[in-house]
Amino acid sequence: MAHVETALKLHGIIAEFATTDEIIEAAKRTREAGYKKFDCYTPFPVHGLTDAMGVEDYKVPWTFFFAGLFGAIALFGLQVYTSVIDYPLNIGGRDLLSWPYFIPITFEGMVLFAAFTGGLGMLAYNGLPRPYHPVFNVPQFERASTDRFFLCIEANDPNFEPSRVYEFLKSLNPISISEVPE
Amino acid sequence: MQEAIKTRLQEPPLFEGQQTDARITEQIASIAEHPHPRAWFLWFGIGAAGALMMVTTIVALLAIGIGIWGVNQPVGWGFDIINFVWWIGIGHAGTLISAILLLLRQGWRMSINRFAEAMTIFAVMCAGLYPLLHTGRPWVAYWLFPIPNWLAMWPQFRSPLEWDVFAVSTYFSVSLLFWYIGLIPDLATMRDRAKSKIAKFIHGIFSWGWRGSALHWLRYEQAYLLLAGLSTPLVLSVHSIVSFDFAISIVPGWHVTIFPPYFVAGAIFSGFAMVLTLVIPFRILYPALREYITMKHIDMMAKVMLATGLIVFYGYLCEMFFGWYSANQFEQYLVVNRFTGPYWMTFWALLLCNGVIPQILWSPKMRQNLVVLFILSIIINIGMWFERFVIIAISLHRDFLTSAWGQYVPFTADWTMFIGSIGFFLMMMFLFARFIPMLAMAELKDLWHRLYHGGHGGNGHSGAHTPAPRGGGQ
Repeated sequence: MAHVETALKLHGIIAEFATTDEIIEAAKRTREAGYKKFDCYTPFPVHGLTDAMGVEDYKVPWTFFFAGLFGAIALFGLQVYTSVIDYPLNIGGRDLLSWPYFIPITFEGMVLFAAFTGGLGMLAYNGLPRPYHPVFNVPQFERASTDRFFLCIEANDPNFEPSRVYEFLKSLNPISISEVPE
Repeated sequence: MQEAIKTRLQEPPLFEGQQTDARITEQIASIAEHPHPRAWFLWFGIGAAGALMMVTTIVALLAIGIGIWGVNQPVGWGFDIINFVWWIGIGHAGTLISAILLLLRQGWRMSINRFAEAMTIFAVMCAGLYPLLHTGRPWVAYWLFPIPNWLAMWPQFRSPLEWDVFAVSTYFSVSLLFWYIGLIPDLATMRDRAKSKIAKFIHGIFSWGWRGSALHWLRYEQAYLLLAGLSTPLVLSVHSIVSFDFAISIVPGWHVTIFPPYFVAGAIFSGFAMVLTLVIPFRILYPALREYITMKHIDMMAKVMLATGLIVFYGYLCEMFFGWYSANQFEQYLVVNRFTGPYWMTFWALLLCNGVIPQILWSPKMRQNLVVLFILSIIINIGMWFERFVIIAISLHRDFLTSAWGQYVPFTADWTMFIGSIGFFLMMMFLFARFIPMLAMAELKDLWHRLYHGGHGGNGHSGAHTPAPRGGGQ
């Protein structure tokens, strides 16, 4: 921290593109150029972009699966516990463990747990809520949620060297290139 | 020759005119950013007046008791349960559009899903009030949930009424979550567009700092698809469970196996009618919507109504057939009683509204006529309300012993509660239109790019489209 610092500590350098094809091409070339820490920002999900970046992630589906499993077991268990163990009611000698009658609530429990854990888990994996992020410092970035596509090579990349990154981004023909202050 | 057939078979566009990402954002976001037409205040005011009427009724109900409603022996389930089923059915169209059509990769859902989901949430709010108040002591409604309490009692998990508690509360929570997660990227757009500090702050909070990172979008789409996958069986389970409330009893006309599919079809039928009832005036109020909710969308919705209407009508025929085929005098009497009993008018109105009049939708011309569709959608709403009246009141008012027969007459408080809840619904819809982007902007852009790839170019004008692949999904 106590190094001699330039006036501006960089989060990275960001380039702005106008079309989905350009951002996919840019991501592919950035990856081929050997950069590891970079991210793309788009106003809507651009299909093929994460493939071009070489990013894969299956945490969300597994979260849904295990949360759903947990919800189903928990709600089924609750019904068995209350009806068989904690407060058994003998009604005409009928089975206490009337499991077919427990299925609807078991199903609802599965849906409820899976949806909330998975949905909110997705936001948590994404590190949200995070109202502040360095990329918001770039004035052009206001259009990242409307019609512009951004690629940011981050300063913590082992190959990060500002002038070389700048030259590289320039070779991708972006609309603009800006430094992102931390 | 082949070319000519091709042009004739070519589907009408899902977008009117030429779109760009910027235009989609501008058109939709600016509705929620600018002062509203005078008509907005008028309709919001009417809705708010209705909501006040509802609140007044509820206060009276809590102070005096449910004796101010017309329910009594033998008809213990009156307007409250009729309206509960009616509202929850209306809500189902929203989930059908947002979840089932997503899984079926129907691109046309993108422009109406936000709107229809909002409708779902407000309709389920209205629906939930009725059984809650019908308990008579809503302040101990927590007994319905398995919370350990001083009674040392647990809810009866073998009762469909208890299943209903779980089904409806799960349905409401999951619909709200699904809707909100869909909203996050659009709220981020609103945040980035906001001029005032306060608007930026509020949108910033509600968008959770969404910045559209590619990895975030990947996880987002996974979650969105899985939520749709969960909502699909959920919505079917909810109305099936609502129908079990009836089907598990032995009351004539209720104890039938056709109830779950027949209820679900009826729910979608009435829900699409309500979507049309709202969308047609909203298109007039906000002309920008016409570019995204095109005649093609209206046509598709009319076709869904026709199809589900036929399923519902088939359900009526089945009920009559099984009434006769059961060889049970009570079931047989019920069918006769529906046609000729004291409530014959409601049954004939139901056949007319749900069975006969919707057949005009076979004509493509009628499916393009907004006035006809609007009137028809209201007729269907009324018809579906009658259906619930027929199922509940006619079955209950004359059961097994003639000495126990009676009549059901709704009182003023029933009507003020019912009309009031429509007002509340209307008020919420107009508040939604005022503050939240009414269409899903990010999804529309995605769809536009899928349909006309590189859609920032010049291939956008209607007629000049390349045959549109069915976009949607994922």
